[in-house]
Amino acid sequence: MSEGFKLEIVNPESSFLLKEGVSEVVVPAFEGDMGILKDHISIISFLKPGLVKVFEGTNEEIFYVDDGIVEFKNNCLSILTSNIFNIKKMDKNIVRDALAKAEQETKKNDISDQNKYLIDQKIEVLKNLTLN
Amino acid sequence: MASLDDLKKRISSVKSTQKITKAMKMVAASKLRRAQENAEKGRPYSDKMNNIILNLSNSISDKENSPKLLTGSGDNKVHLCIVMTSDRGLCGGFNTNIIKKAKSYFQKIQDEGKILKIMTVGSKGYDQLKRAYKENIIEKISFKESKNANYFDADKVGKIVIDKFEKKEFDVCTIFYNQFKNVITQIPQEQQIIPLKASETEGNSSEDNYEFEPEEDEILSNLLPKNISTQIFKAMLENSASEQGSRMSAMDNATRNAGEMVDKLTIQYNRSRQAAITKELIEIISGAESL
Repeated sequence: MSEGFKLEIVNPESSFLLKEGVSEVVVPAFEGDMGILKDHISIISFLKPGLVKVFEGTNEEIFYVDDGIVEFKNNCLSILTSNIFNIKKMDKNIVRDALAKAEQETKKNDISDQNKYLIDQKIEVLKNLTLN
Repeated sequence: MASLDDLKKRISSVKSTQKITKAMKMVAASKLRRAQENAEKGRPYSDKMNNIILNLSNSISDKENSPKLLTGSGDNKVHLCIVMTSDRGLCGGFNTNIIKKAKSYFQKIQDEGKILKIMTVGSKGYDQLKRAYKENIIEKISFKESKNANYFDADKVGKIVIDKFEKKEFDVCTIFYNQFKNVITQIPQEQQIIPLKASETEGNSSEDNYEFEPEEDEILSNLLPKNISTQIFKAMLENSASEQGSRMSAMDNATRNAGEMVDKLTIQYNRSRQAAITKELIEIISGAESL
């Protein structure tokens, strides 16, 4: 038996990442961050804006996602997301733009509580990113 | 009989047309490769999405209270048809095929006495439908500015659709597009997206026990609007690949036809040139003989 499980990240335009033998993935699930290890129970959940951390042995890769759905089944983790960036390759300017946009959105009065929660999350994550 | 000069002009005009069609074919061929790649890359997302929704809807216990997008509004009166076509012409039967398919569906719906509403995506579809179905078209969208099909555009269409559904403007929604099979074959498709048809979500309906976080209903109601956009995006990708494929083969045919025409005209030109020379010779000879 291999040590890890299979990870597949797809966005509408393409298959973003396909990896075998991942040891742990931390996803920003809607109700809190969730670490997924091998032989996790089958689960479906959706994501809030945040960071996806992929551990592969001692390697660690971090991605930023806007939203998404995760499905884990038979040791295969699929993440569907419409917007994903690798943190290392992410342009600071893009982060700032996204942050400004999100901040503008919170100022609107007619957003639902859930949307507000999501946007607040987004702002927090993006702010942290700009600091680094 | 056309004069030699006319023929000459004709030949050169056909030749320049041929140059244009050839260039268009080349352009379509290179665009096709990209569009095809995109269409293939986009498939896993929509397939996965479908799979997840299938698993979810299987495990939903309370079918009656499940989201309306899945089960429908309970009525079957107003049909919304989204006809997806290209923004540019000169691509063979591409648009005509979709329109034909859509029109036969429209006919069926109207025969059954249901109300028909049409939304056109892409300007060519609107051009062809506006004559017969002017009063049925409620919305026309075109993405002339965006070069490639992108998710952002699809999401826009999706949001309009969902908005209309929530306002109870229609009960059933069907999209029409061309599925890209290969360069010469594109199959016009009709796909019902609201309510989600069971036949499409068959696949591997293995009885998995999933853990859901948060509740099934909540996930579903978040997922279904996204699925609409995804399905529309898929249709857009398939469409753009089909459009380029169709244009490529149409332009290929046109180039070949132009070639044949040039050959034919050249023969005609040579013949009449020879006939003119022969005629002149005869005149000279008979003139000399009469002396």
